[in-house]
Amino acid sequence: MGRDEAALQVSALSKRFGDVVALKDADLHLATGSFHALLGENGAGKSTLARCVIGLVQPDAGRIEIDARERRIGSPKEAHDWGVGMVHQHFSLVPNMTVAENLVTSKFTGSWIIDWRREVRDLDDFCSRMPFTVDLSAPVSSLAAGEKQKVEILKQLFLGHHILILDEPTSVLTLEEADELFGMLRQRTQRGELSVLLITHKLREVFKFAEVVSVLRRGQVVARGSVQEFTSDDLAHHMVGESGLPTVVARENKTAGRTGIQVRDLVVRSDKGIDAVKGADLTVRSGEIVGVAGVSGNGQRELLEVLAGQRQATTGSVEVHGARYHATRHEMLEHGVFFLPEEPLRTASVASMTLAENLAFRGFDQPPLCRRRWVLSRDRMKSRARDLVARYRIKAANVDVPIEQLSGGNVQRTVLARELSAGVQVLVASNPCFGLDVGAVAEIHSQIMAARNRGAAVLMVSEDLDELMALSDRIIVMFEGRFVHEVAAADADLQVIGRHMTGGHHATTS
Amino acid sequence: MRAASAVLRIVPLSVGGGLFVTTVALSLSALIFGAFVASLGVDPFGVFATIYKAAFGSWFSWQNTLSRAAPLILAALCVALPARLGLVIIGGEGAILLGGLAAAVAGIHLAGLPAIVGTPALLVAGATVGGLWIGFCGVMRSYRGVNETISSLLLVYLAVTIFDHLVDGPLRDLSNVNFPSTHPIDENFKIGNIPGADMHWGLVVGCLACLAAALYMRVTPQGFAMRIAGGNPRAALALGLPVGRMVIVVCLVGGAAAGLAGALEVAAVQGRASGALHVGYGFMGILVAFLARHNPLAVIAAAILTGGIAASSGLLQRVYDLPDATAIVLQGIVFLSILTCETLYGRAGALFRWMMPGPTSRERA
Ligand SMILES: Nc1ncnc2c1ncn2[C@@H]1O[C@H](COP(=O)(O)OP(=O)(O)OP(=O)(O)O)[C@@H](O)[C@H]1O
Ligand SMILES: [Mg+2]
Repeated sequence: MGRDEAALQVSALSKRFGDVVALKDADLHLATGSFHALLGENGAGKSTLARCVIGLVQPDAGRIEIDARERRIGSPKEAHDWGVGMVHQHFSLVPNMTVAENLVTSKFTGSWIIDWRREVRDLDDFCSRMPFTVDLSAPVSSLAAGEKQKVEILKQLFLGHHILILDEPTSVLTLEEADELFGMLRQRTQRGELSVLLITHKLREVFKFAEVVSVLRRGQVVARGSVQEFTSDDLAHHMVGESGLPTVVARENKTAGRTGIQVRDLVVRSDKGIDAVKGADLTVRSGEIVGVAGVSGNGQRELLEVLAGQRQATTGSVEVHGARYHATRHEMLEHGVFFLPEEPLRTASVASMTLAENLAFRGFDQPPLCRRRWVLSRDRMKSRARDLVARYRIKAANVDVPIEQLSGGNVQRTVLARELSAGVQVLVASNPCFGLDVGAVAEIHSQIMAARNRGAAVLMVSEDLDELMALSDRIIVMFEGRFVHEVAAADADLQVIGRHMTGGHHATTS
Repeated sequence: MRAASAVLRIVPLSVGGGLFVTTVALSLSALIFGAFVASLGVDPFGVFATIYKAAFGSWFSWQNTLSRAAPLILAALCVALPARLGLVIIGGEGAILLGGLAAAVAGIHLAGLPAIVGTPALLVAGATVGGLWIGFCGVMRSYRGVNETISSLLLVYLAVTIFDHLVDGPLRDLSNVNFPSTHPIDENFKIGNIPGADMHWGLVVGCLACLAAALYMRVTPQGFAMRIAGGNPRAALALGLPVGRMVIVVCLVGGAAAGLAGALEVAAVQGRASGALHVGYGFMGILVAFLARHNPLAVIAAAILTGGIAASSGLLQRVYDLPDATAIVLQGIVFLSILTCETLYGRAGALFRWMMPGPTSRERA
C-alpha cells in the first residue's frame, strides 16, 4: 500500500464567518494509513477545517479530495458515504436515547424497520472487541463527559469509517483510557485500515502516537512534518507565534487557613436513581487546592452538582465558611463561591445569548451593571465585556456575537473570565482545562494558583493526573462514590493513586 | 411528555431569523389553506381578498378585529411569558373562566361602592384568581416535577366543571331564563368604550401589559435572569438563581393576565359571567403566542391577525357559503405550519440555510 497516497487532501481551503477569518488557504495532506496530529491555539481554525471536511460547514474556497477524488461534501451523510467520520468537540449524541439506540440509529441505513434484537447482538459483539466498555442500556444524559466521549468514539468505529477525524477526543479520558484508545487506533492505521486526523492540545499524545503533525495558526498551516522533526518547544512556538508562553505562577508557601468548604456525610443520587455519592466527608481550607482524582462516573459529577446547586443531596450537609450552604445566589455572592464546570457551553452558558451577556451572568444584578436594582445598563455590560475579552484574550468578532459561535476553547475562556474576575474565595473546578491550548492551560493553572495564593479554597476535580499533581496541595481519590485515598501531593505516588482509582484498594485494605 | 414539550419549543432566534421563520410559516399556511378552499370549489384569491376586507377593509372591520384581538392579547401572555422560562402552559382557558367568574362575584358583592373602587377591585379579583390557578401549575412543577403542559390542560376541565356548577347552581340568576348566568354586576362598574370607537379599554390594557412585559424582559435584571433560566436552567442553577421560584412567579403572572382577560370580558362586554366566556379565548391565545414566537410585542400583531381571521368568519359564510368552521381551519393550519417550520429550522436546517444566507446559529451535527 502506497503510504504517500492521500486518504484526505485539503488544498487552499478558506472560510470566513462574517469578519472572522477562520481558515485562510489551509493545506493538509493526510496519507493513507497515517496517524496525523493537527495542533493550534484556541480559535486557530482546527474545528472549522474538520467541519468543512465532514460537510457541516461549506468552505468559501479550496478543494477537498478523498481517496484522490475531488468531492463536494454537502452534509455529514455524504461524508459518511465516502467513509469519513468525526468525533466532535461538543457532544452530538441524543441525550434522551440510550447508548445502544444512539449507536444503532446513527447508521444512516435509511431502512424503515430496525431489528433491535439483531442490532443489539451485533453491538454486544462489537463492544466485546473494543478496549473499553460502556453500559449500552444507559441513557446518554446520565453519562459523565468522559463516558459520553467514549460512546462518541465507539460510534465512529461502529460505523466503519476509514477516515476518522477526532476533535479533542480525550480531554476527559484518563491517561490509560486515552492510551488504550489511541493504541487501538494506531494498530488499525498501521494495518492500513484507517487514517486518523487527531485534533488535540496534548503534546504527549502527539509524541506518543502521531507520525505526522501539522500546526495551524490563524487559519493557516504554519508548520508540518514528521513528529521526530519537532521538539515540544518547537510545536508550542509554532502554535502561539511570537507572543510566547506565559509563565506559571508559583505556589506560595503558606499554611492553610479557615475552613472553606465542609462536606459532611453527603449522599447524592444520580439520574439513574442509584446513590452515586455514598457518604462523602471533605474539608477544603482556604489557601489550599484539594484535587479529586478518579475515573469519570465515580460520583465526582454528582458531588460537584450538589456544590453548584444543580442537584439536591439525599442526606448530609454542605457548609461554606462555617455556615450552611444551599447554593443560593446570595450565599454565592457573600462567600465568593465560583465554578469552573466541565462542558461550559452546556452547563454554564446560554448558547443563544451574546458574549457580553454571558460575561455578565455573575454581576448583572449588582452595581455597576445594574442601577437602582431595576435597570440593567447594557452599555456598562458591554464595556465590561470588552475589558474582560481583552484581559483574558477571548477571540471573538465582537462582544455581541452569540457565545455558541465562539470556538470551544474561547467558550471556556469566557466562563473563566466571568468566574475568576470577581473576588474568589471558594472555587470549585471540574476539568478546567478541558479543550484549552497549551498557552491557555498555563494561564488557567496560573489563575487557579494565584487564587489559592490569595487565600481561596479550591476544590478541583480532574481526570488529568499531571494537572492534579502540579496544582494540588492534597489529592483525594474517589471511587464508586467514596473517598478511598488521601495523600499530600508532595508525597503522592502515581502508581498508588492509579491503583486506588481502579478499585485496587479493596485488595490492599482487606 | 418530554417529547410533547420538545415539539412545542420555539428555538431562540435573532429578530431577523424569527421574522423569517414566521414569514415562511404564514406563506405555507396560505398555500395549504388556498388548496383547501379550492378543493371546496371556491376561488382562493377571492377568499383571501374577502378575509382582508372583512378584517382590515374599513374602520368598521378594524373595530371588529380589534375587539376580538383584545382578549387574545392577554390570553396569549399566559402562554408567552411562561414560555420565556421554557414552560409550555396551555391551560389559559381555565384561568379566563375562573377569573371572569371571580370578577362577576366581586362586581355583584361590591355593588353600591363607587366605580373608582369597584372596577379595579373586580379586575384585581379576576387577575388574582387566574394567577393562583396557573400559579398552582408552577408550584406543582417546581416542587413535584409535574409537567406543566399536562397539568394546566387538565386543570381546564376542572375549571370548566367548577364554573358550570357555580353558574348553573349557587350563583345562578334565576330571573335570567334564557341561559345560565350569574347576576349582572353593578352597572356602575362597567368599563366603557374607548371614545370614538366601538371597542372597550381592554385593548389598551392588553397592549400596556405587553409593553410592560417587553420592557421587563429587556431592561430589568430580573428579566435578564429569566432569559438565563429559560435558555439554560442548569446554568441558572449554577449561578444561584432561584429557578423554582421564578417558575412559580411567571406562572402567577401569566395566569393573572388570563384572569384579567376574563375579568375584562365580564366588566366591559358581558356584564355577567356565563357560558359566553367559554368560547376558546384561552386556546386561541396559544396560537397567538406561538405565532408571536413568545415575544410580548409581537403578541399584539399576532393577536390582531388572529382576531382578523376570526372576524372574517361571518362574511366568508355569507359570500362563499363556506362552513363556519373555515376560520378555525385556517387558524389550525397556521398553528401547524408554525410548529413545522420551527422544528424544521432546527433539524432540516440545510434547506433553510440554503434559503437564508448567513446562518444565525452555529451548525452542529
Ligand atoms: N459558525 C460560526 N460563526 C461565526 N464564527 C465562527 C463560527 N464557527 C467558528 N467561528 C470562529 O472561527 C474561528 C475558528 O474557530 P474554530 O472552532 O475552528 O477554532 P478551533 O481551532 O477549533 O479552536 P478550539 O481549540 O478552541 O476548539 C473562531 O474565531 C470562531 O469564533
Ligand atoms: Mg475546536
